[in-house]
Amino acid sequence: MSDEVAVEVNQVYKNFVLPHERVNSIKSLVTSAAKKRAGGSSEVQHALKDISFSINKGEFFGIVGRNGSGKSTMLKILAGIYQPTSGTVRTAGKLVPFIELGVGFNPELTGRENVFLNGAMLGFSQKEVEAMYEDIVSFAELERFMDQKLKNYSSGMQVRLAFSMATRSEADVLLVDEVLAVGDADFQRKCFDYFRELKKNKKTVIFVSHDMNAIREYCDRAVLIEKSELVISGSANDVAKEYSKMFIETAADTGSEPTAKTKRWGVGKIRYSKVKVQPTVISEQPTLMITTKAIAEQDVEDIVFGILIKNASDQNITGTNTQLQGKKIPLVKKGDEIAVDWEIPNIFSDGKYIVEPAIVFADGEVCDWWEEATTFTSAKSHTTPYLVDPSFKISINYPDKRTSKGL
Amino acid sequence: MQKLLQRYRYSVILLKQLVKTDFKLRYQGSALGYMWSLLRPLLLFLILYLVFTVFLPVGKGVPHYPQYLLLGIVLWNYFAEVTTGSVAAIVGKGDLLRKINFPKYVIILASSFSALINLFLNSIVIAIFIYFGHVGISWNALLLIPLIVELFILAISIAFLLSALFVRFRDVSYIWEVVMQAAFYATPILYALQRVPHEYAKFLILNPMAQIIQDARHALIGPYALTISDIYGGDRLIWLIPLGITAVLAISGGSYFRARSKYFAEEV
Repeated sequence: MSDEVAVEVNQVYKNFVLPHERVNSIKSLVTSAAKKRAGGSSEVQHALKDISFSINKGEFFGIVGRNGSGKSTMLKILAGIYQPTSGTVRTAGKLVPFIELGVGFNPELTGRENVFLNGAMLGFSQKEVEAMYEDIVSFAELERFMDQKLKNYSSGMQVRLAFSMATRSEADVLLVDEVLAVGDADFQRKCFDYFRELKKNKKTVIFVSHDMNAIREYCDRAVLIEKSELVISGSANDVAKEYSKMFIETAADTGSEPTAKTKRWGVGKIRYSKVKVQPTVISEQPTLMITTKAIAEQDVEDIVFGILIKNASDQNITGTNTQLQGKKIPLVKKGDEIAVDWEIPNIFSDGKYIVEPAIVFADGEVCDWWEEATTFTSAKSHTTPYLVDPSFKISINYPDKRTSKGL
Repeated sequence: MQKLLQRYRYSVILLKQLVKTDFKLRYQGSALGYMWSLLRPLLLFLILYLVFTVFLPVGKGVPHYPQYLLLGIVLWNYFAEVTTGSVAAIVGKGDLLRKINFPKYVIILASSFSALINLFLNSIVIAIFIYFGHVGISWNALLLIPLIVELFILAISIAFLLSALFVRFRDVSYIWEVVMQAAFYATPILYALQRVPHEYAKFLILNPMAQIIQDARHALIGPYALTISDIYGGDRLIWLIPLGITAVLAISGGSYFRARSKYFAEEV
């Protein structure tokens, strides 16, 4: 391993043996040993196959992949939590993983005691934590609460304290899972500020995400893991493109109808029967059309139709409803089928989007909220790494007669 | 030494914090707090004392029976606390194991040290009873130090073995509960070995816990407590059997735990 390399992953394989019936009592050990001889009842799941890549010192490195791709297993192997079945992972120096904030936090202890406990988890001695205690507390803005038990903290306060601890960690390699960037907008901003600072200070960071905008903005290079294998390794932009392409290939454009697996909630009375997005892959088209159909199960009045669009990181990008738009829905009779069509200007930056239609009463009671009803993907020739990408018109005026084309 | 400290720095830091946390949490929310560490063994002991001297005079004829009984109970409680408490220790920390990589033996070591603190607090109670019971203390009492070391190693070895086994086989906790119940009566805690037929006593004393408790009583309270060598007619080499059992447990428990600990995160 050369001096330039911070992490080297060499032909890593990871298998999980999944017994069809978990052997966790001695009786089943005996019976399953007999079964094994009779033909075997366990199944080997290949979570990772032949993964190799290396990360240079000072690099911001992305690992992307869908849920279930093996991305999280890779993360745990890098963190030393799981052992590879074969192959090696070598790390130069100390690697600190942030798979979750506030590891080891105990609700029964005070904020102060938890700082010391979490500090120990991160490898800081009592003295070292004492030295930076004031900074940690003031960064978390929790001066008045440190002698209260953690269980009396709001979840926001807990996250603030944990994050304040995390930013103190002195690691040669930081492993950051995207779950870090959850919480309110203010906290997300703080997180991303921290990422920017890490990048500026040339820290080696491994960032795991399926938010292509974040990958594009922060990472120098990235790898894409799909179906347990490494699909592409290269510049963050190339990898992000490849990732977006995967959804284009798998996206169906028949629209969605509710099935047994559909996640929906509400009191009913009127429900959506169909949701369809056109086109399911949007590039330069100026607008996007979402068509919905709802069927009334009984007479209802004072209802509001709404639509919500989220990105892959579960952030609400946009949405509206008939009430906000000043449209009053007249009495709907039992058995009526109502079609509501939504035309939305194409403001979407690259990535996958989730469409959630809802019907509520004007007083707020929910009739039908259909989670993740359908999805669409944006894949543009030029995009931004930010939340939205409305079509900009840029004009540049030069003092002389040069044109931008001639440059 | 510096190098050794550097290598185990993380383990030492973690160990200190875990022991501290454990101690803080133990009596949290109780009005008397740490006082319970002394009060609890004292009250439990009073019950046993009443039962076994007043109602059921098992200890009749045993000189300094209260001190004799108390010492046995305290040593046994340490052993029970470490082993029974450790069975589910690894599984109980499953959440943590899946999120960060740290030396797993620290978990078991931390619960052993917590129990050791308790043992020292209990020793204060023993000291009080010894003082007021007019038990003559000789230099032999210093033998307690190697005996505590043996006890520590014995208990932690079993703790390593049980906690690692429990990750794969949840039967372990039930089995151990039964074993402990049987061992409590097979170990001369409530009774004097003199009252057991000689051929059984010869067998019972091979148990390292019986050997430790009898040796401790012999060293602290007096020669009425028969040591393993007394039972085997003065043969000093016989000590090698309980010590050997402890050593075998230490090696097998330690190496099994070490080999399995890599996979705890996946299996818990």
